Amino acid sequence: MAEYEAVIGLEIHVQLSTATKMFCGCRLSFGDTPNTHTCPVCLGHPGTLPVPNEEAIRSAIKIGLALNCEIAPRSMFHRKNYFYPDLPKGYQISQFDSPICGEGELAGVQLERAHMEEDAAKNIHVGDSGRVHGASRTVVDYNRGGTPLVEIVTKPDIHSGAQAREWLQLLRATVKQLGVSDVNMEEGSLRCDANISIRPVGQTELGVKTELKNMNSFRFIERGIDAEIARQTALLDAGEKVQQETLHFDPATGSLTSLRSKEEAHDYRYFPEPDLVPVAPSPELIDEIRASLPELPLAKAERYENELGIAADTAKFLAFNADMGAYFESVLAAAGEGANVKRIGDWVTGELVARIGADANPAESNVSPEALARLVELVNEKAVNNTGAKTVLDKLVEGGGDPDAIVEAEGLAAMGDSDELAGIIDAALEANPKAVDDLKSGNMKAIGAIIGFVMKQTQGRADGGEVTRIVREKLGL
Amino acid sequence: MSDLLKLTAAQAVEALGRGDVDAGELHSLYRERAAGETINSYVSVGDPLVPDAAGKPLAGVPIAVKDLFCVEGIETRACSKILTGYIPPYTATAIARLQDAGASYLGKTNMDEFAMGSSNENSAFGAVQNPWDPTRVPGGSSGGSAAAVAAGLAPWATGTDTGGSIRQPAAFCGLVGLKPTYGAISRYGMIAFASSLDQAGPITRDVTDAALMLKYMQGRDEMDSTSTGMTEDVMMPSSESLAGKKFAIPAPIDWNGVQPGVKEVFDLACKRIEAAGGEIVEVPLPHADYALSAYYVIAPAEASANLSRFDGVRFGERAADPTGLTDMYERTRGDGFGPEVKRRIMLGTYALSSGYYDAYYNRAQQVRTKILEDYAAAFSSCDFIITPTAPSVAFGIGEKTDDPLAMYLGDLFTVPVSLAGLPAISVPAGLATSDGSAAAEPGADGALPVGLQIVAPHFRENALLEAAYVFEQATEFADGPWTWAGS
Repeated sequence: MAEYEAVIGLEIHVQLSTATKMFCGCRLSFGDTPNTHTCPVCLGHPGTLPVPNEEAIRSAIKIGLALNCEIAPRSMFHRKNYFYPDLPKGYQISQFDSPICGEGELAGVQLERAHMEEDAAKNIHVGDSGRVHGASRTVVDYNRGGTPLVEIVTKPDIHSGAQAREWLQLLRATVKQLGVSDVNMEEGSLRCDANISIRPVGQTELGVKTELKNMNSFRFIERGIDAEIARQTALLDAGEKVQQETLHFDPATGSLTSLRSKEEAHDYRYFPEPDLVPVAPSPELIDEIRASLPELPLAKAERYENELGIAADTAKFLAFNADMGAYFESVLAAAGEGANVKRIGDWVTGELVARIGADANPAESNVSPEALARLVELVNEKAVNNTGAKTVLDKLVEGGGDPDAIVEAEGLAAMGDSDELAGIIDAALEANPKAVDDLKSGNMKAIGAIIGFVMKQTQGRADGGEVTRIVREKLGL
Repeated sequence: MSDLLKLTAAQAVEALGRGDVDAGELHSLYRERAAGETINSYVSVGDPLVPDAAGKPLAGVPIAVKDLFCVEGIETRACSKILTGYIPPYTATAIARLQDAGASYLGKTNMDEFAMGSSNENSAFGAVQNPWDPTRVPGGSSGGSAAAVAAGLAPWATGTDTGGSIRQPAAFCGLVGLKPTYGAISRYGMIAFASSLDQAGPITRDVTDAALMLKYMQGRDEMDSTSTGMTEDVMMPSSESLAGKKFAIPAPIDWNGVQPGVKEVFDLACKRIEAAGGEIVEVPLPHADYALSAYYVIAPAEASANLSRFDGVRFGERAADPTGLTDMYERTRGDGFGPEVKRRIMLGTYALSSGYYDAYYNRAQQVRTKILEDYAAAFSSCDFIITPTAPSVAFGIGEKTDDPLAMYLGDLFTVPVSLAGLPAISVPAGLATSDGSAAAEPGADGALPVGLQIVAPHFRENALLEAAYVFEQATEFADGPWTWAGS
């Protein structure tokens, strides 16, 4: 069987968090009473005209600059024509062959373009399925209609589900850092479609692609892409052909279903939007926006690595994961001068993530940055050993609270060099004569049995290093 | 008849200001006439109450509004079945400005459905009769507005012009019709036909009224990104001479498609321009021949998208008991649009389709650019360009309904100007016999009006109005039907 290479391009829709909609004065909203944020313009009433939102244009330029795109000195809006009840005018105002942001690049992935458009409203299908098939009727909530979007299109530069996921996380962190969008996948302010094809390794010509629509979490993106690569691989291995089509990935079942084939593809009949004049940002405006850009995740990762001495992987994880990075910096701030930065990084990205999940926002967990900073400090001071500290973190994740109080309440304080510990060690040596012999003959592995005994007796409060030191002392090693 | 009916809008403003005339009386007079009319020029008549306009520049002069303009709380249908029952929640900027200036709303006038037509026969409310001859069309698409003004059912009216829809009905009804520079007047609230061409403007009895209405309609509007407003204040015209002004005839005009009577009136008009001190010259407009073809690609293309919003989902008519979404769309639009509108939606959809876009839409835009360049070059050697407004006098109701191409050819002189976004005015130039075979004397039995179209460079409306005013003063023209309409 042939070896295949997957070729993936992403189309990402970012809902901008401007005060008002793209072409009218209605406030943006999420989850409000349906059809309370509408006006004649965004309802497409006869005679109404779009007026572009300046803030949205600035945000689009900001995104373009952050993605190293060329900003077009003059770009146009086009009409994309199709009928659907969630599209009040019967066309979407979008950009076609002259987008505001041209080619760019982020972390090695080349970008085709980034353009502005308006979001559709929301069809709500009444029925058990919640989807259009089998719905008894459909109602429309126009609150979302006209929300400003920036669509970012990559070149086919991605080769696996995992790479897509990681890159998308960086993109999300970058856009979030800009403060122009909530980039929340669950709420739909960040949406991703993937164009996927495979080809035999070494072949330059691209295979037939399929489009995977609207995956609403990073995990589903990775799984969906991998599932589609596997499906295409199986087809080719069986001597069949991949058909150009649009697919839906069902994360619950892991299955892919066809939404429409190539034959059913729309002819959108794009043409220049005659109701709008070209967007022509001045060089001064572009410079002003460039100067206002915050530190972006890629630069942040470098700083974490070079200035804070954090391992490259941890630095990237923190910098590319906006929530994680922000939380990490809060813990650093709480820890103050002289904090063990590397250890804080390890606790955030290791122990905390293991408990709350990589996609969670730690700021929304029960563990306050102050608590985590204090816990790491306790570890530094050897006031609690690693095992004890992990137990404290379990408690913090469970119900929050103060690490000192938890150590006290749970009796987790580390047992340092004390008579009590010395006594327990004596008992351990006495109970493990074979281990003592082995140690004496130079087999240090035998220390494990001694430490195990001590830990059991102290319920884990002893420090392994300390125990080893005392054992060596007692045995004269 | 009432002497009040003889007052132009500007004269009425003066009389109202002096207190010689009562605004309520004037409004009632016109309102009653509008309510009792027999030529089908109105589709609805407004409230009998007169807003208090004392001290405002238009002092309560009533105005008729083409049904293409949204007026808050008043059914607005662009004379289409598909908008039956549509009550706009807002008023078009151009109309709101006139009302703010003290114009009192009289009613909605008939028009070709969605402004698509040159005869006012494509209306869900039926055809309109030309007050000069009830067997003939008033022109279109602003046919109701022109007929109402000509018949003394309104002192003046708003119109809209995409390819000639103000100028041609003004010519057919013996009135003044001004299409301002694209962008001079806000399009907000004007139901869109072809967005890059649509422009509101006045239909009036004389040039002074056209200047007066323009003054209070124009202006940049933040609700319309393409609006700029005039670059200079609109002045009331007062010139007495055309000395030093060059009037150019685009050469060569193919007079084969023009009625001899129209040509004769045009030639006489040129002589009067010369007599008033103007100079007649010729300029080449080499691409004007392609204008109609380009227009009938661009306008339907834009219309095909502009009319997509009439889908039965949010307003207007919806087909009863649809079996599904597609069925709802197909029946709503199939039943709601008239044949000419459907024809243009199909033309435009085709022209924009994948594989045809370059050959049609793109090519048409290239022609448009060439035409713009032609005019720019032409205006380097003249002040104005003149043609007949239409190649014929008003034709008979039903005469051209089966031949859309013949109907489209009637836009020959007006369409190139629209593609270039230039200001143009149609001024009564004289009369021709009812068969168009020869010029006719004022008062001759059955004679019909012929209009002169004068075109100026972008935003030179003041100069255009001055020239039209001098021409108007130099022209002996029959009194309009409003003077012989009974009171």
